Amino acid sequence: MKHSQLLLGDEALALGAIYAGLSGAYAYPGTPSTEILEFVQKNQVARERNLHSHWSSNEKTALEQALGMSFCGKRSIVSMKHVGMNVAADPFVNSAMTGANGGMLVIAADDPSMHSSQNEQDSRFYADFAMIPALEPSSQQEAYDMAKYGFELSENLGIPVLTRLVTRLSHSRAVVNVEDTPAPENSLHYPANPKQWVLMPAMSKVRNRALIADQQRFEKASEESPFNTYFEGRDHRLGVVASGIAYNYLMECFQGKCPFPLLKISQYPLPYKSLKRLFDSCDALIVVEEGQPFIEQKLIGLDRSGKKIYGKFSGHVVRDGELNPDLVAEAFRKLMPSVDGAINYPRHEAANTVVARPPMLCQGCGHRDVYGALNDALKKFESPKVFGDIGCYTLGFLKPFNAIDTCVDMGASITMAKGAADAGQFPSIAIIGDSTFTHSGMTGLLDAINENSNIVVIISDNLTTGMTGGQDSQGTGKIEDICRGLGADPAHVRTIDSLPKNHDIMVDLFCEEINYPGLSVIVSRRECIQTARRHASKKQ
Amino acid sequence: MKSDIVLAGVGGQGILTIATILGGAALADNLFLKQAEVHGMSQRGGDVQSNLRLSSDPIFSDLIPLGGADLIVSLEPMEALRYIQFLSAEGWIVTNSAPFVNIDNYPEMESIQQELAKHPNVVSFDMDELAKEVASARSSNLVLLGAASPFIDMSVDKIEAAVRNLFAPKGEKIVDANIAAFRAGRQRALQIAGR
Repeated sequence: MKHSQLLLGDEALALGAIYAGLSGAYAYPGTPSTEILEFVQKNQVARERNLHSHWSSNEKTALEQALGMSFCGKRSIVSMKHVGMNVAADPFVNSAMTGANGGMLVIAADDPSMHSSQNEQDSRFYADFAMIPALEPSSQQEAYDMAKYGFELSENLGIPVLTRLVTRLSHSRAVVNVEDTPAPENSLHYPANPKQWVLMPAMSKVRNRALIADQQRFEKASEESPFNTYFEGRDHRLGVVASGIAYNYLMECFQGKCPFPLLKISQYPLPYKSLKRLFDSCDALIVVEEGQPFIEQKLIGLDRSGKKIYGKFSGHVVRDGELNPDLVAEAFRKLMPSVDGAINYPRHEAANTVVARPPMLCQGCGHRDVYGALNDALKKFESPKVFGDIGCYTLGFLKPFNAIDTCVDMGASITMAKGAADAGQFPSIAIIGDSTFTHSGMTGLLDAINENSNIVVIISDNLTTGMTGGQDSQGTGKIEDICRGLGADPAHVRTIDSLPKNHDIMVDLFCEEINYPGLSVIVSRRECIQTARRHASKKQ
Repeated sequence: MKSDIVLAGVGGQGILTIATILGGAALADNLFLKQAEVHGMSQRGGDVQSNLRLSSDPIFSDLIPLGGADLIVSLEPMEALRYIQFLSAEGWIVTNSAPFVNIDNYPEMESIQQELAKHPNVVSFDMDELAKEVASARSSNLVLLGAASPFIDMSVDKIEAAVRNLFAPKGEKIVDANIAAFRAGRQRALQIAGR
């Protein structure tokens, strides 16, 4: 029996996994993936079963833990935002070599249009690169169904499966039909071929050949997948390949009546037989996909008949940002001005009174006090540079603070400040949050400590992972101990409460440590105003 | 039945509560629904919007096409105008007229009012004030939901039931305050729209 629930794409996938016998979920928070683990933490069945759902220090540690669970024959998921795939790339690519024992889903939530990210990288390339199958749901219902399907696929093919979400699916709610009764968990059992899990060259060489040979099985699974569907159409001047959420935009564009033959793709590697069928029956193809031109790139050059392939490379579909029904309609009109039935509603003129309203640090946020004091301290120096990091405090780049010079990737503040100091920069300041510090800042700090680099590392500790909504931070209560443990001079590991009343003390502290010719860490601490409010209302 | 709604406001104002209530009502009514939200960085005091689509038929896209929205529902007047290109020719704008000024280049209120006045189908009044009058300052979003309700093809009883369901865990007092805010908003909108 089934019943309906209103779920975000993230939640649908999480619930699908729990009901398919999940044993452990692992993640580091990152928009738009955060709600997956949050859902597991709150879910009744997951709690009753005591499923693992603790946040990990970063995406790499999370993926390895999920792989360990798979080794023991149990079903695991690991979820992250797209750039988290870069952090987890080492175990991800190598998990193709070990294979999976218990079903394992690696969930990457891409953020086209960069609503809350620094780039638009498309995780399907990772699956392709690692020779791992991938799923790309087009709806919340598919996200739910694909959890169970994905676990079975992973166990049948003996390999982890990447599940690619995008912001508009992760963060969109829909009615989903869900099972009434959850399936049992797998029992603990070990891999049939234990050698495969020891990636020494002698074993890896054997396994690599097997993995290459397996590609045919993976492709066959894609051909037979219930999620890859061929639809006939009356107008054969064009064939359409639409993947994932782009399929929805295509259907909206034509009000459910696409006049062209259509291949919907939601499972990879690409089903080349189905693609060939489409190609042979049409004069040309257009590829509509969310993200980078992954399918298009695969198709270009595949056919020698001279048929055209249109999409992002040809300029018909926009190359950057996320798609929507209007952009898809525009692509068809560009290609075929007389195209039948593509939406084009009359629209009002834009209101020219509207101005941008950029996000900003909350009133009562400790990061504000850090930047206020830091800016005042740095007025005393000729050419200061501040290397920023990933988190709410990146907003310190904007007015009124204009306080940071760089923001690149998790942990880069400390290492870039060190590199700059190596180049002769003074003062060279790093500013990083507590959660980002334990994610990827600690190793860089060790480098700086070992060389006693002349930098000041400010760890703006708000006792949570703030930007993603306040998830537990792995270093809470341990930040100074971690720094001293790595070998920082205790005399230059300083702590201050980032409060308005401490402004002058903070300015003096910053100046003092900048003038110290060596490595200093300043931990400026104040609980995130958002989590503080939540804690206060819980107490009432 | 079909209602495509753009919900607008500033991060932290509470537009997602409106979406949650309408979502609950739609689920109880066996309607199809898609609702795209914005999480993450822009929630920090920036402009936020949510596309809410309700229909008796299956819905394809999570995003509403340009010129396709039946309704813009906004907790802030400039934010209502930000999405004007999504509004259909006959669509309605229901907005709080009280500005939320957290930027130093916020336009003159007069120019915003003039821009709104260009549109024939507008319900705009100070919802913060009405909320304080009948419930509390925190209920502006329920006043807005009430004001938008005449333009949504769903029975008012079902929406009220969803309001009750959402606030029931917080006690009867809170439920009553929110229902009062909802009804006051609905009544005012009906007066303004002459329905």
